[in-house]
Amino acid sequence: MLLVIIFTIFAAITIISAGMVAFSQNIVYSAFSLLFTFFGIAGLYVLLAADFLAATQLLIYVGGILVLLLFGVMLTHKIQEVNLSNESMRLAPAAIVVLAFLGLLSIAIYRTQWPTVPVPELTPTTARIGTLFMTDYLLPFEIASLVLLTALVGAVFIARGRVKK
Amino acid sequence: MLFDYVNVLVFMTVGVLFLVGSLLAARLASRLLHSRIHNLDKLTNYECGERPIGGTAIQFNIRFYVIALIFVIFEVEVVFLYPWAVVFKDLGFFAFVEMSIFILILLVGLAYVWCKGDLEWVKPSEISLARERSSQEHGEILHR
Repeated sequence: MLLVIIFTIFAAITIISAGMVAFSQNIVYSAFSLLFTFFGIAGLYVLLAADFLAATQLLIYVGGILVLLLFGVMLTHKIQEVNLSNESMRLAPAAIVVLAFLGLLSIAIYRTQWPTVPVPELTPTTARIGTLFMTDYLLPFEIASLVLLTALVGAVFIARGRVKK
Repeated sequence: MLFDYVNVLVFMTVGVLFLVGSLLAARLASRLLHSRIHNLDKLTNYECGERPIGGTAIQFNIRFYVIALIFVIFEVEVVFLYPWAVVFKDLGFFAFVEMSIFILILLVGLAYVWCKGDLEWVKPSEISLARERSSQEHGEILHR
């Protein structure tokens, strides 16, 4: 019962702040609302007994990706004067797309058989993840570093083109 | 295990209550105590007592973004290090070699950004020049 209440709180935080991300007219407010979305999802991860994932969510999304997004906002030239593309306009086309997508999602949700599992036991997962990385999933683990390397070189290469000499 | 998270939850709740409570208290105190004298300086941004120069929404140097990008990549690396560090003792030398390969691959990336000068910071002269330019632009807006 307590878990249900906590789940509801975290789900509400996630959904409300996600709504603020989408509906806020000020892109800085959107970016800061995203913080609460990420945070709420981290809480949901904890309730799913994925403690390592929750910590990672906080560390990488809140600590890294969000800072990157805020930098992106701050880097925008003359942000006050630019008409940001976050206006809630074009109601009719948007309504059609939203209704179509809602229908699609509803069909998907109702047709899916939702297998329910008992509430997962909250045990530390970090050691299990570490063992699996080092044994069964060694190749994906090493490939992850290659992916990171590619992302680093590519992103820095693209960003560097704009540094004023 | 669940109890550990209850601890976190208690801390979080106290933190949120502290934040909301102090904001409400500040609001109440300012309503009771504030002076009714209006002047223009009160409407400026608070910059620790300094008179603000220009607006805050200036364009930041793209260098910040590059540094943040590098930071995120190596933060992900550290996250991968963590589960390894937990089981390192049990798995022994083999795990050490595996993680060494992982880190070596990413060290190539570090060497790349280092050699290409992405970690070099902007020279102070450039910063002051840019600040002068932006303060001139924003100064005009402020004085209007």
